[in-house]
Amino acid sequence: MERNYRKLWWQHCLAIIGFSVIPLLIVNYSLYKLFDRIYTEKVMDSLRSEVENRRDSIDLFFRERIAQLYTIANTNTFQQMTDEGYLNRIFEIMHAKSDSYMDIGVIDNEGRHLAYVGPYYEMLKQVNYKNEFWFNAVKANGLYISDIFMGFRKVPHFIIAVMVREKNTSWILRVTINLKNIDDIVQKAWAGTLSDAFIVNKKNVLQTRPRFGGNFLEVPAFPEYMSDSLKSHPYPDYSATVATKLERVTYSGMDAFFAAVPIDSTKWILVIKENPDEILTPLAKGQHWMLLLTAAGLAIIATGAALFTNTLINRIKETDRENDTNSDMLLQANKMIALSKMAAGIAHEVNNPLASIAEKAGWLKDLLAEEDIAGSANFAEFNESVDKIEQHVARARKIIHNLLGFARRMEPAKEKINVNNLLDETAGFLENEARYVNIRIDKQYEDNVPVITSDLSQIQQVVLNLLNNAIDAIGHDGTVTVSSHYHEKTSEVEINVADTGKGIAENDLNKIFDPFFTTKEVGKGTGLGLSISYSIIEKLGGKMKVQSKVGKGTVFTILLPKH
Amino acid sequence: MDTLRVLIVDDEDDFRETIVKRLNARKIQSEGAASGVKALEVLKDKDFDVIVLDVKMPDMDGIETLRHIKKLKPETEVIMLTGHASVEFGLKGMQLGAFDYVMKPAPLNELLDTIGQAYNKKRGLIH
Repeated sequence: MERNYRKLWWQHCLAIIGFSVIPLLIVNYSLYKLFDRIYTEKVMDSLRSEVENRRDSIDLFFRERIAQLYTIANTNTFQQMTDEGYLNRIFEIMHAKSDSYMDIGVIDNEGRHLAYVGPYYEMLKQVNYKNEFWFNAVKANGLYISDIFMGFRKVPHFIIAVMVREKNTSWILRVTINLKNIDDIVQKAWAGTLSDAFIVNKKNVLQTRPRFGGNFLEVPAFPEYMSDSLKSHPYPDYSATVATKLERVTYSGMDAFFAAVPIDSTKWILVIKENPDEILTPLAKGQHWMLLLTAAGLAIIATGAALFTNTLINRIKETDRENDTNSDMLLQANKMIALSKMAAGIAHEVNNPLASIAEKAGWLKDLLAEEDIAGSANFAEFNESVDKIEQHVARARKIIHNLLGFARRMEPAKEKINVNNLLDETAGFLENEARYVNIRIDKQYEDNVPVITSDLSQIQQVVLNLLNNAIDAIGHDGTVTVSSHYHEKTSEVEINVADTGKGIAENDLNKIFDPFFTTKEVGKGTGLGLSISYSIIEKLGGKMKVQSKVGKGTVFTILLPKH
Repeated sequence: MDTLRVLIVDDEDDFRETIVKRLNARKIQSEGAASGVKALEVLKDKDFDVIVLDVKMPDMDGIETLRHIKKLKPETEVIMLTGHASVEFGLKGMQLGAFDYVMKPAPLNELLDTIGQAYNKKRGLIH
C-alpha cells in the first residue's frame, strides 16, 4: 500500500507546530495580560496620587485664604473697615505677599457696598447685593465660596465671603480671587503633551480653563478636528463625585483615563484626564517586543518542524522502500520454495511413465530391427515414428532434468574463486559465437575484487546462462558488458551482465524468475534458466536483481557474499 | 563365459517388463521383481550377477532392499536407478555398497554400459 507522504508530512508538521505554538501563545498572552494589568494598576495609582496631590494643593490654597480673611475680619472693626483708606491699607498688606486677591469689599447687613478697594470701583461701589444669591448664602452659613460667575462686572470670577458678627449687627467681608492662581495649581497636572486637568462645579460647569476642552462656564468637552468642521464631545460628567474616582473611558472613539476627586473646602471637583497612548507607551513597546518575539518564535518552530518532519518522512520513505524490497524478495523466495516443491513432485510423477514410454519405444525399435518386419510395407513409417517418439522422450527428459535441477537440493561446494578470472573464462566460451552475430563482449573488471568462497561451477552456470540470454536478447549487433565490483561495506561482490537488447516489458519484470516463464518461441526455451539461476544464487547466499528498459537493454546484477 | 544374469527390481510393471524383454533380446538372462520383498524372495533361490534396483518403491524402498541384498548376497553388484532429484539416494546407495547409480529415464545403452562394467567388476576384471 502506498502511503500518502504529503498528508503525513502535513499531519506531523501541524502536530508539532500545534503542540509548540499553543503553549507559547498561551504563555505569551497571559504574560502580556499580567504585565498589562500590573502596569495599568501602576498608572492608575500614580494618577490617583497626582489627582489627590493637586486636590490637596487647592485645598490648602483655599484654607489659607479663608484663614486670612477670618483673621482680617475679626481683628478689625466694622467701623475701621468701612473707612476706605483703612481698607486700602489692609488690602495692600494682603496683596504684598500674594497676588491671589483682585479686590476686597465690605457689605453691611442690608447688602449695601459700604467700602470697596479694587479695579471695578466705579462699577461696584453703588451696587446693593441684597438680592444676590451669594449674599443670602453667606448670611446663612457665615462663609461662602462661590462658583465662577459673571456678576455685576460681567467678567468670570469667584469670591470668598465671610460674615462677621459685631455686637447686635453683622457685616460681610468679600474678596475676589484671581482665577490665575487656581489655574496655575490645576495646570501643574498637565503632565504629558496630551493630558488635561480642570475643575467643574456640581452642575458640571467648568471652573478653570482646560487645556483642550472648552472655556470657563462651559460644559467640559473635547474637541475633534474634522476636515471641515469642529465637533466637540462632552467629557464624562464627574459633578456628582464624592470620593476619588479612577476609570478608563472609551467613548466616541476616544480612549482616556479619568481621575476625579472632590475638593473638600469648595463644592468643586478636580478632574484629570490622561491619554493612554502616552501614559502606556512602555506597555505598547512591550507589546511590540512581545509580538516580535512571538513571531520569531513561531518562525523558528515552523522551520524546525518542517526540517524535522522532512528528515522523519525521508526516513519513513527509506524504511518503506526497504520493507517493500524485503517483502518482494521474501515473496519471491517463498514462491521459489513452493514452485520447486511442485516441480520436484511433477518431475517424479512424470519420470516413471516417461521411463516406460522410453522402454516401450526402445522395445519397438528392437523389434523393428528384426528382418521379417523390415520387409513390411510401412516399415519406414514405423521406424520414423519410433525415432520421433524417442526423440521427444529425450526432449521431455531434458525438460524433466532441468526442472529437477531447479528443484535439487545439493550442498553447494566451497571453493576459492577469483571472480574476474571466472567471468573472463565464462565469457570466453561465448566470444566466438557472439562475434559471429557481431556482438562485442565488453569486460570491465575492478581490480579490488577479492577472492570469494563459493561454488565455482554453479556460478559459472549462472553467468553462462545470463550471457546466453544477453546474446539472445540482442540478436545481432550490440554490446554485452560484463563487469565486477566490490562493495567493501557489505563485503559483497557484484557481477553485472548488461546487454543493449530489446529490454523486458515492465509487466514481465516480476515474472522472469518464475519457472516456465519465457518470452522465447515455443520449443526454444524452457523458461527454467533464470529460475534455476535465481535459486542457485539464493542458495549461495547471494542476491539476484534485474533492471530493464524496453528498447534500451537489461542489466542483471548478482551480489555474492565474500564468504 | 557364463551368461550374464540380471535382476530388474522396479514397481512400474511396463518399465520392468519391457527392460527384461529388451535385455533378454540382447542375450542377457534377466528377470523382473515388482518390489523389494519379491526381489529378496527370488534371491533366496537364484543367484544374479547384477541387480538393477529402483530407489523409489512402495513398502520397502531401494536403500532398504540394498541392505538386505548385501547381507544375503554380498558378491552381487547392485546398480541404483534413481530420479535426478534423489541423487543423494544414489550416493547413499554407493556408500552402502552399490556399484553405481543411473538416472531415470536412462537410455538403454547407458544402462547396458553400466551393467557391463558392474559385471566386469564382479568377475574381477576391474577394481
